[in-house]
This record gives sequence, structure tokens and C-alpha cells, in this order.
Amino acid sequence: MNRLNRNQIAARVAQDIPEGAYVNLGIGLPTMVANHLPADREIFLHSENGILGMGPAPGEGQEDPDLINAGKQPVTLLPGGAFFHHADSFAMMRGGHLDICVLGAFQVSAKGDLANWHTGEPDAIPAVGGAMDLAIGAKQVFVMMDLLTKSGQSKLVEHCTYPLTGVGCVSRVYTNLAIFDIADGKVYVSELVEGLSLDSLKEMTGLALVQKPA
Amino acid sequence: MINKIVESLSQAVEDIHDGATVMIGGFGPSGQPSELIDALIAQGAKDLTIINNNAGNGDTGLAALLKAGQVRKIICSFPRQTDSHVFDELYRAGKIELELVPQGNLAERIRAAGAGIGAFFTPTSYGTILAEGVETREINGKHYVIQYPIHADFALIRADRADRWGNLTYRKAARNFGPIMATAAKTTLVQTREIVELGEIDPEVIVTPGIFVQRVVRVSGDQ
Repeated sequence: MNRLNRNQIAARVAQDIPEGAYVNLGIGLPTMVANHLPADREIFLHSENGILGMGPAPGEGQEDPDLINAGKQPVTLLPGGAFFHHADSFAMMRGGHLDICVLGAFQVSAKGDLANWHTGEPDAIPAVGGAMDLAIGAKQVFVMMDLLTKSGQSKLVEHCTYPLTGVGCVSRVYTNLAIFDIADGKVYVSELVEGLSLDSLKEMTGLALVQKPA
Repeated sequence: MINKIVESLSQAVEDIHDGATVMIGGFGPSGQPSELIDALIAQGAKDLTIINNNAGNGDTGLAALLKAGQVRKIICSFPRQTDSHVFDELYRAGKIELELVPQGNLAERIRAAGAGIGAFFTPTSYGTILAEGVETREINGKHYVIQYPIHADFALIRADRADRWGNLTYRKAARNFGPIMATAAKTTLVQTREIVELGEIDPEVIVTPGIFVQRVVRVSGDQ
């Protein structure tokens, strides 16, 4: 079958981000989505440290320590961009003003619960940052991840075993094998990679998946 | 004549007492008031409770304050980073207490303190281990957890421009926690790149009005 690589998943997510959307791309894999946003669409990228209208990384020697993204990497500001303080930034997130947030995940449950901040291992130093605000705040929460762990277990599960980031918050899951929509207590399959059947996907995930009507 | 400008960093931090609760602005190194922190290290107050988004990067600034053994407890959202080795060691050795707060709850608890709010309900962290034992409420079909304000004795922040009344502007994303921390502390200490005459900062663009600021010190090397 025709698995997508990470760049292809990012490109697929980018296709679904419309003109005029206010979007937060989470740290890690989701930042790759920015490389695939069509140049003919005006899309506003939000960074939780206090930026709207965030632009790409600066050229070498152009870095500014006061202009960084949530991952503390140097970025730029597009014409029309704005700075604001942290309480305003999280009001944008928590207050439902962002249209789309794209996050990575350890696990997503069939009810849309998200686990992406903590492995729960006793010796791990916990760090949460803005993950819980992003999970529950945006109008739509997209997750992008590989469907299976390295050992072949599905990361889309009946119930999350990792500590939760948010309850019932994920609306869409983009993976290397399929795209899932979570709605009305069901998990719909809206796209499958070439060469993969719904039945083998059901077997991989152990979930009662429903084919989304075209 | 009101003049909040002090001549030296050591004068700015001289009354920070042992056991004080101190907010420190910045998001990682961006907006961190490094020179005020260095002055606090030299001043030597200990048993401090620090509020910051992180728990120090590398070996300078907040990390150096931790390394100096002056901090009993840190309230932050994201302590673990690739360069947080000073905190990591203290935490694993049981030498520092950590209160982990989701970032938006941290910001809003600081804002609430400055705004005189007694508590608020937020959806962030509902149903997670960070909300275990925390009072919840269902409002219009949505679940919330209660959060209480975080007050501080002192706030250390970095501004770009200031005047003698303590009006401030910030530079780019270095603004982050500065404006809200200034409101939440009894005494706000500001290091600034530039000090200008009253009226030189356009009143339309003042971000922190001087009512929230007690002391201003110019730091020449600031960007």
C-alpha cells in the first residue's frame, strides 16, 4: 500500500486550510504544514507567545532574539502582523477565535480525547506549555500523526492510556494511512491510501470504523 | 516631581526579601530581564518562589538564579527543555518544588490577580491529571475547572522604552508576560533599553501605563 510520508501528510493538511483562516500549528510535526500552505491564500498563523501573522524563518544573520515562535525558533513577521501579551494570546486560543489548530499526538480516542503532552512515566519531568489550551480552544482541532507506533500499535484507540490533554476535542485525524473524522460518537474514514481496504484498517485499529459517504 | 527611575540595578532589587514571590517576565530568553536577574543573584535573597513560563535555559538568567540555590519553588508551564539541565538536576534531586500550570491558566491567573478577580472557571485542563481534585462546574453544558489568581511581591520585566512615570512599550514578541506581570505584583521592577522624556512615547501606543510600575532602570546593553 501507498503510505504517506510526513511531508505528504503535512501537504494534505494544508489543502484543508482555507483562505482567511486563523491557525495555530503545534510544535514539532505540525510546523511542517506551513511549508505547504498555498501561496495564493491569505492564512494567519498564530504563535502562542504573542504573534499573529507569523512568517517563515529569517535568512541567516537576520535572526532576532525577540522574534521567536512557540518552539523558541527564530521567525519573521508578515506585513499586517501583530504582537500582543500572553493573556490576549491565550484568549484567542481558549476563547474560540482560532479556526484551526494542528497538533501532534501520542494517542487519540474514538471519542476525540487527545493525549499529547506526557507519557505518564514516573521519572519523566512533566511539561505542558500551551497544549491543553490549544486542545480545547480552536473551532476545529486537527491531529497529524503516523497511525501506528513503531511496534505496530494503533495510536487511534478506544480509550487513551496516556494522560489526557483534552476531552472530546479532536475533530479530524490525518495519518499516513487514512484520514478520520470524529463526530456524533463515531469514527468516520474519509480517505484511505491506495491499496488499503476499510477492513484491514478496522483490523489495524480495532475500531468500528464507518466509511464516510462521498 | 515623580521619578521612578533608579540609578542602578542593585538599587532596583535591594528590598527583595527572603521568601518573596517573584514573577519574572520572558518566554525562554525572549523578554527575559537578564540584568535584573543577575542583580537579584548578587543581592542574594533566598527561599524564593518564582513564576515564569519556563524554568531556565542554559546557564544564564533564570537558570543561574536556580543554580545559585535561591529558589524554593517554581510555578511554570514548561520546565523541561533541551537546555533546562539546571532545573532538571535540582528537580531530580528534590531540591526544588514544581507547580505545573497549563500556559493559558498561568497567564490568566496572573491577569486575574492584577485585575482583582477572586477566581475564574476555565475549560483548559478539565478532565486531565492537572485538574485532579480541582473544583469543577458545568456552565451551559460545558465543563470548567476553578483557578485562583497568582499574586506576587515583585515582578521583574524587560521593556523597550520607558519614561520617568513608568509608562512602557515592549519590543516584538518580548512583550509576552510583561504587561500582565506588571499588574499582578505589589512592586514591579523594569529594565529598559531606553528612557525618554514624558510625552515622547505616543500615548496611543503605551502598552503598560505607569500605574503598574514602581521602578525603572536603564540597561545600556539591552537590544
